[in-house]
Amino acid sequence: MDIFIQVVYFVAAILFILGLKKMSSPVTATGGIVWAGIGMVAASLVAFFEPGVFANSTNVILIVVAIAVGSGIAYTTAKRVQMTDMPQMIAIYNGMGGGAAAAIAGVELVKMAGGHHAIGGTTQVLAVLGALIGAVSFSGSAIAFAKLQGLMNKTIRLPMHMVLNLGLFVLTLIAGTIIGFSDDVSIQLVLVFFVLALVFGVLFTTPIGGADMPVVISLFNAFTGLAVAFEGFVLGNAAMIIAGTVVGSAGTLLTQLMAKAMNRPITNILFASFGSDSGEAAEEDIEGSMKEVQGTDAAIMMAYAEKVVIIPGYGMAVAQAQHKVSELTKLLEARGVTVKFAIHPVAGRMPGHMNVLLAEAGIDYDKILDLDEINPEFPTVDVALVIGANDVVNPVARTNPDSPIYGMPILDADMAKNCIVIKRGRGAGFSGIENHLFYADNTRMLYGDAQKAVGELISGIKTLQ
Amino acid sequence: MIEIGGFAALYIFMLSAFTGYEVISRVPVILHTPMMSGSNFIHGIVLVGAIVVMGSAETVLEQVIGFIAVALASGNAVGGYVATVRMLDMFTPKENNKGKA
Repeated sequence: MDIFIQVVYFVAAILFILGLKKMSSPVTATGGIVWAGIGMVAASLVAFFEPGVFANSTNVILIVVAIAVGSGIAYTTAKRVQMTDMPQMIAIYNGMGGGAAAAIAGVELVKMAGGHHAIGGTTQVLAVLGALIGAVSFSGSAIAFAKLQGLMNKTIRLPMHMVLNLGLFVLTLIAGTIIGFSDDVSIQLVLVFFVLALVFGVLFTTPIGGADMPVVISLFNAFTGLAVAFEGFVLGNAAMIIAGTVVGSAGTLLTQLMAKAMNRPITNILFASFGSDSGEAAEEDIEGSMKEVQGTDAAIMMAYAEKVVIIPGYGMAVAQAQHKVSELTKLLEARGVTVKFAIHPVAGRMPGHMNVLLAEAGIDYDKILDLDEINPEFPTVDVALVIGANDVVNPVARTNPDSPIYGMPILDADMAKNCIVIKRGRGAGFSGIENHLFYADNTRMLYGDAQKAVGELISGIKTLQ
Repeated sequence: MIEIGGFAALYIFMLSAFTGYEVISRVPVILHTPMMSGSNFIHGIVLVGAIVVMGSAETVLEQVIGFIAVALASGNAVGGYVATVRMLDMFTPKENNKGKA
């Protein structure tokens, strides 16, 4: 039986890697997740046949009940959630994985405290390390979820937050070190250690602004992978080590790619918070004023254009306007207007967030271009329609070396002949930086919720027919 | 459970880390979110560990923590899978992706 179990784990590990690889192309991606899913089901089933699991029937029943509860809740929420809310759901599912890894270490440590046997050596240290990383990922992801879900709008910054975090981290490490290296741990110390780690995860995440959450979620995803790998080592389970490590490194790379797209080092995102201290600085030297436009006039501009580029941002996601945008696109195309979409790498809440929403609305992905592809075209664009995007089209990133977003690659919407900006209000973007594009001579502001504003454009164009 | 010696584990760790890096490095930007979700699903393998640990639980406290571990892990796996499939469905050719919300 043992050989059989190991063979299944081995095959599962292969399926995970192949599945992940298939997921890297749009054509094979759906197959990829199915392969990984088969591996997961197979590995979970044979786990029941690991020595000792069937020895205690109460435990087996409890396992089945726990699986039913956990997957039941996750299945219903994952099925029901709106596409726009997907980022925070990824955060919460990821946090659950981290919590599970921490709980596995918890059981092992409680056993040790109960006088069973010291795990000993490197394994014991890795168990504690996995517990620490998993617990931080768990509570941190919960905060990330709360922030994106709008349950926690304020960015909480305690006095001397950095010092407090550092102190807490050191305390957690001390507790962890004692547990990791001693032969005889007390259950109270284990409890203190977990509480410290969980609180650290919370305080680590609260000062980070909502706009940076995708990077943080991606980082926690890598954390969970690592925690799983460490616990896999403790349990002598190669499938967990391989899958966990693959996710750990893939997640780290993904985090770097995202931070790079925002042109900010990861340390800057995690340990500094822009917006709070630099928002005021950008107020000077704005020329011109914001010029409002009515939906019907904007519709005429677009209907008689040759080439329109739509730049969606988080505002489109919040307003669920992607279907309206799709309708607008079809209307314009019916009039012979070329419509393209320009996606900034960090538009929305996650890389690819906008692509997912536009795909949901049935827009071909060959019309969707990324930054490098579309930027040279802007001077030939008649109308650039910005829907709820702000910082990613702010020209100060090119022009003002003092700006906190200076150097960030942006979409050159300001170079289009005309620019229409759909925006809910007059406030600054997530970063708190004034957007000079909104004051430019060729920019018109169309105020309102994206869904309503695009609706106005649609009815405006329809009256022309 | 197999014995994985210190250095063997280190080699597994190193090779898996390179594998993850290589696999992700060629992903187009449009697939980054599904990819993050997919890798999130894959660390749902923690369910296997949770089952094994829960199976060996002896005291009530161990059972309680084990129960939490299994419930959380299956949430990770199932939620991660459904979320990823829903996202990837949108990238399948458009004939069969009309009118979905």
